[in-house]
Amino acid sequence: SVNPDLASERQTASFSVEKLTAQLDGGEEQTRIRRAVVEAIECDPVFSRENQYFQSQNERYEAAVRKGVHLQKKMHEMGWTENGPEFKYIYRALSGDVAFLLHSIFIRSISVLGSDRQITKWIPLAAQYRLIGSYAQTELGHGTYLQGLETTAVFDTTTQEFILNTPKISAMKWWPGDMGRSATHTVVFAQLYVHGKCYGVHPFIVQIRSLQDHSLCPGITAGDIGPKMNFEHVDNGYLMLQNVRIPRENMLNKFCEVQPDGTYVRQGSQKINYFTMTTVRISLISDEVIIPLMKACTIAIRYSVVRRQSKLKPGEQEAKILDYQTQQEKLLPQLAAAYAFHFINDYLQELFNRGYKEIQRKNFDTLPELHAFSSGFKAMVTQYCTSAVEICLRACGGHGYSLLSGLPSLYTKILASCIYEGENTVLLLQTARFLIKCFTAASAGQPVPPSVTYLAVVKPGKCPAKNKLDFLSPDIYTEAYQHAAVRLISSTAAKLQGLIQSGVKKHDAWNQCTVQLAQAAKAHCHFITVKNFAETVERLETNAGIQKIMKHLCDLFALHGIFSNAGVFLHDGYISGAQMDMVTALYLDLLAVIRKDAVPLVDAFDFTDKSLNSALGSYDGQVYQRLYEWAQKSPTNKQISPAYERYLKPLLHNTLSKL
Amino acid sequence: AAAMVMNADLRRERAAATFQPELLTHILDGGPERTRRRKEIEALVINDPDFQHEDLNFLSRSQRYEQAIRKSSLMVMKLREYGIADPEEIYWFKSFVHRGRPEPLDLHLGMFLPTLLTQATPEQQDRFFMPAWNLEIIGTYAQTEMGHGTHLRGLETTATYDPATQEFILNSPTVTSIKWWPGGLGKTSNHAIVLAQLYTQGQCKGLHAFIVPIRQLGTHEPLPGITVGDIGPKFGYDEMDNGYLKMDNFRIPRENMLMKYAQVEPDGTYVKPLSDKLTYGTMVFIRSLIVGDSARSLSRACTIAIRYSAVRHQSELKPGEPEPQILDYQTQQYKLFPLLATAYAFHFVGAYIKDTYHRISGDINEGDLSELPELHALTAGLKAFTSWTANAGIEECRMACGGHGYSRCSGIPDIYVTFTPSCTYEGENTVMMLQTARFLVKSYTQVSSGQRVTGMVSYLNDLSRQRIQPQHVAARTVTVRINDPVSLVEAYKARAARLVEAAAKNLQAELNHRKSKEDAWNRTSVDLVRASEAHCHYVIVKLFTAKLSEISNAAVRAVLTELCLLYALYGISKNTGDFLQAGILTDAQVTQVNQHVKELLAIIRPNAVALVDSFDFHDVHLGSVLGRYDGNVYENMFEWAKKSPLNKTEVHESFHKHLKPMQAKL
Repeated sequence: SVNPDLASERQTASFSVEKLTAQLDGGEEQTRIRRAVVEAIECDPVFSRENQYFQSQNERYEAAVRKGVHLQKKMHEMGWTENGPEFKYIYRALSGDVAFLLHSIFIRSISVLGSDRQITKWIPLAAQYRLIGSYAQTELGHGTYLQGLETTAVFDTTTQEFILNTPKISAMKWWPGDMGRSATHTVVFAQLYVHGKCYGVHPFIVQIRSLQDHSLCPGITAGDIGPKMNFEHVDNGYLMLQNVRIPRENMLNKFCEVQPDGTYVRQGSQKINYFTMTTVRISLISDEVIIPLMKACTIAIRYSVVRRQSKLKPGEQEAKILDYQTQQEKLLPQLAAAYAFHFINDYLQELFNRGYKEIQRKNFDTLPELHAFSSGFKAMVTQYCTSAVEICLRACGGHGYSLLSGLPSLYTKILASCIYEGENTVLLLQTARFLIKCFTAASAGQPVPPSVTYLAVVKPGKCPAKNKLDFLSPDIYTEAYQHAAVRLISSTAAKLQGLIQSGVKKHDAWNQCTVQLAQAAKAHCHFITVKNFAETVERLETNAGIQKIMKHLCDLFALHGIFSNAGVFLHDGYISGAQMDMVTALYLDLLAVIRKDAVPLVDAFDFTDKSLNSALGSYDGQVYQRLYEWAQKSPTNKQISPAYERYLKPLLHNTLSKL
Repeated sequence: AAAMVMNADLRRERAAATFQPELLTHILDGGPERTRRRKEIEALVINDPDFQHEDLNFLSRSQRYEQAIRKSSLMVMKLREYGIADPEEIYWFKSFVHRGRPEPLDLHLGMFLPTLLTQATPEQQDRFFMPAWNLEIIGTYAQTEMGHGTHLRGLETTATYDPATQEFILNSPTVTSIKWWPGGLGKTSNHAIVLAQLYTQGQCKGLHAFIVPIRQLGTHEPLPGITVGDIGPKFGYDEMDNGYLKMDNFRIPRENMLMKYAQVEPDGTYVKPLSDKLTYGTMVFIRSLIVGDSARSLSRACTIAIRYSAVRHQSELKPGEPEPQILDYQTQQYKLFPLLATAYAFHFVGAYIKDTYHRISGDINEGDLSELPELHALTAGLKAFTSWTANAGIEECRMACGGHGYSRCSGIPDIYVTFTPSCTYEGENTVMMLQTARFLVKSYTQVSSGQRVTGMVSYLNDLSRQRIQPQHVAARTVTVRINDPVSLVEAYKARAARLVEAAAKNLQAELNHRKSKEDAWNRTSVDLVRASEAHCHYVIVKLFTAKLSEISNAAVRAVLTELCLLYALYGISKNTGDFLQAGILTDAQVTQVNQHVKELLAIIRPNAVALVDSFDFHDVHLGSVLGRYDGNVYENMFEWAKKSPLNKTEVHESFHKHLKPMQAKL
């Protein structure tokens, strides 16, 4: 039965939860398909995550391999294909807890970088799992800066082979997933040398393990890189190459080729390839970043209406902790952010789909803008959501610290997203470079991409709000964000310009402005997110109460941002001190309004108990019972520990000296 | 790995420092003699083969628990053998043995024994203390329940007195009343001090403490009526058997209630305790330890991140030149140096609270408790402020190490998961902030009614004076000199005063809406927390600034002054809204503050490595491949990875079990 404290929250929902779920999924049909996939996966015991929190790294890895293998069978049975409508829900249903994710990157990189001949040769083998692939780019000493990679591939014209080497320890490949134990092949990125000349970094297909007995190939040293904060199920690996020879045909040569005599030839445009890299950053946002935040909000908010602590009124029952303003102030802005980012993700997907069509027509004009979008939003959303999940974790007090709450693993997983696919600070600076360029162009009256036309309309002005309720107008707060973004970008551009004019070298000047540049890029992304949220709300259907509650969340998201970055808005007096007091008061009022719908708002995310895998967050709210039952399953309670006989007993019997 | 020479980058960094790190180490330790003694104790542990073991990252939870128990047993024996009895020296010894991690005997040593000393009658001490001292009895302290933490009065466990047998009957009446979390309860302890609602003669007399045997001496099996076990895996604390305890009509003799204060007579008559604020003293002490812990944990993370940033090279700053050390990027400095300054600030705050506590503990013993309420209120807030900041700071350090920070070999994940619960235990941070706020509002009310207040809140006295001079805001603006720590203390003071006043006024406004006191308080609590934070921030800037004048060596004073300025200015730049809105600083000054922060980053840069060296963490204690003193990071990462459990066999068994059959089938 459902805990009455949770049941009562659901009775007072101001909107239809089912309709909101359909809205989030993009239609009722999508909801139906998603639920069917989740159902099929969750009723299959091989995919169970029940014991996940008790498993060792070895056990997690083995389970992931088992699931990866079983998934092939399952897809066949269910008739799911990679191009079917079900495919995108499989990963969500598995909560990512499966091996061979790098195998698909291996396939994709051959499809994108390989010639037709290479595709014909390798893709069928990979598709049938005749070989297992990985993707080896990052090295022990090199991550972000691709040109700095040290692995070498020297062409030997006499044998028509490349000789691959790891010249020093920092050149070892380090981190690639599926490579530590599983992979038989990998795409290795190495500096190409022909006749003593370096041609830069290129991709090579290298076999690393025997297809017969899985032993390492000659010249290969490979293994697992050891325990991490999460991803215990993935065998992130290291790889050292000593005079490993591969045939000339193993260099992926759609764009560059080394001919038999050693002549190096460039062909075609790499721009489309560049676009593919860019889309990866956007494609991870939904599954790896927004869904974990939605799960964390679900767990923390349900738990906060079940948990009672202290009294709000003398003589009454202890209060639900969600009734405390401080608890609302921790959780509800994170909930609003989950919705804000869900909508910005829709926006980005659409933008990239449109961009893709343009690029297929060989129109590359939108590339710089798309690149700036993917970098900036990847950085902003991952950083925001990571701290949001951590806030949810800490808002659950002691029990949040138990792995059984599900929150620690959500947190340790999401935080990796701040680093992979581009370190966030580096990405923000790429967006900043685009913004500065556009600002300069706009100031000179030149045309700029649509997302940054606002930079051209720099007007000083003041916020026109007269009273508190004026701040419920999206125009008012969107303008404020726009003003802040323009101010930060223009002042940084001016500073950069000033430094350069005073004789500072360009790169030094850039480095001296990077703190401000990163801040400006974030302000730009924040502005676009608020604007998009407000515009999305406009378009929502007005029935079933959905538009109304989304408007509240949009207001909360926007005002929370102003409240938490007050200095940015007060600086230059765009928002006055008195107006800031209005923002604060209104923001706190909104918390109490959204509080009433908090549980229905997380119910609408529609996570099953199995996918939450949390003793605190289940739908029925039987928190304590579940915590107690799950604890019994802990190996520390089931297995007999030698600690008692070996150490405790002599200790208790006061025979310490014998130890 | 073979002995290696120091990494060239680190060698260069150390040679370029403008001060001697040892001198700064002495200041942190409280004098050269303390440093010497600390290192002596450190050597006792680190050179002792009994305390060596495999890297804990490669062990299962059960194995880690076992290692911890093994080391704890030896530790107790060796402490006595070496005659180490000073609390601080015991703390060092323990923290070297367990490398800063918790251990299963923590609650026995830190709570069970001290509680016996303070709350047991002489008769009870005779029965329990020596066996507990000799570890025949291992105890824990069972307060928190599954459904109840912060709000002690809400605990549900009952102890009902039965005069017929002169026993207490202990019960866990609901699932929520199961004792949950106490360290050492799951597997280690055979006794627990249990907090329960006392019922006698049909009346509830509130919470009292009882000594409850839970496991059979000899077999260690749970006693009939007792259900006890481990609460399962957690974020960290792998070596600690945090436990649960359920009691069903479990009877203990009347003499097992701790009766130094309250008593139950044989016929069931309840004798009330004399009121005591003495528990304040213990809380102040424990919270001061957490402030120190915040400083140490953040220092460890900074040491790792800064040394690694000096070793790691990436991308290009100047076209055509070799990849620079990542510590040369302004963004990297901006992530790390304010945290370094924060770590120093928290060290001095921790030392201040400890000293103040020791100074007034004499008064406390003589019954003079006048200074205690303020210290109690202040430490509550500082505990919350420093643990929140350190918690976030450790994560920033980890992020600043990029991908490798995410590996357990960096050591930072471990620091984080070990430290983060301190935001919750010994008083949940938000609750702590609100306790401080209660004191601030009370002080503000006193001032409003014409009384004067003393101590750290005395700035509130100025508020009433300012009201007579309406032009004060403008007058104050020009007086802030952003290069002068003393002037910045004034700016922080003004901010705290403004936020305390705003919170107090908002609270009054809510009360005027005829809301109940509790409702009004709840509706103002976000403002109240902000006021407390501003107050704590002011105290920290003030204490850091005050410390500078005590430092005799000019070179050390210079570098600490830079850190102090950075701490204060960075804090302003992160909270410009407060300073602008209150008119403490102008737009132009805020721009100058932001600019000056960046200038300070460049000034501190040459001393960054020496400043973390001064924390003087031994490599064994630091537990980080990235943060090694010699900087030989990559070679040792490889050595470390080879020991990973997944690498035990050349071909993993999953190949035979799953991969091979699949390849055969498809």
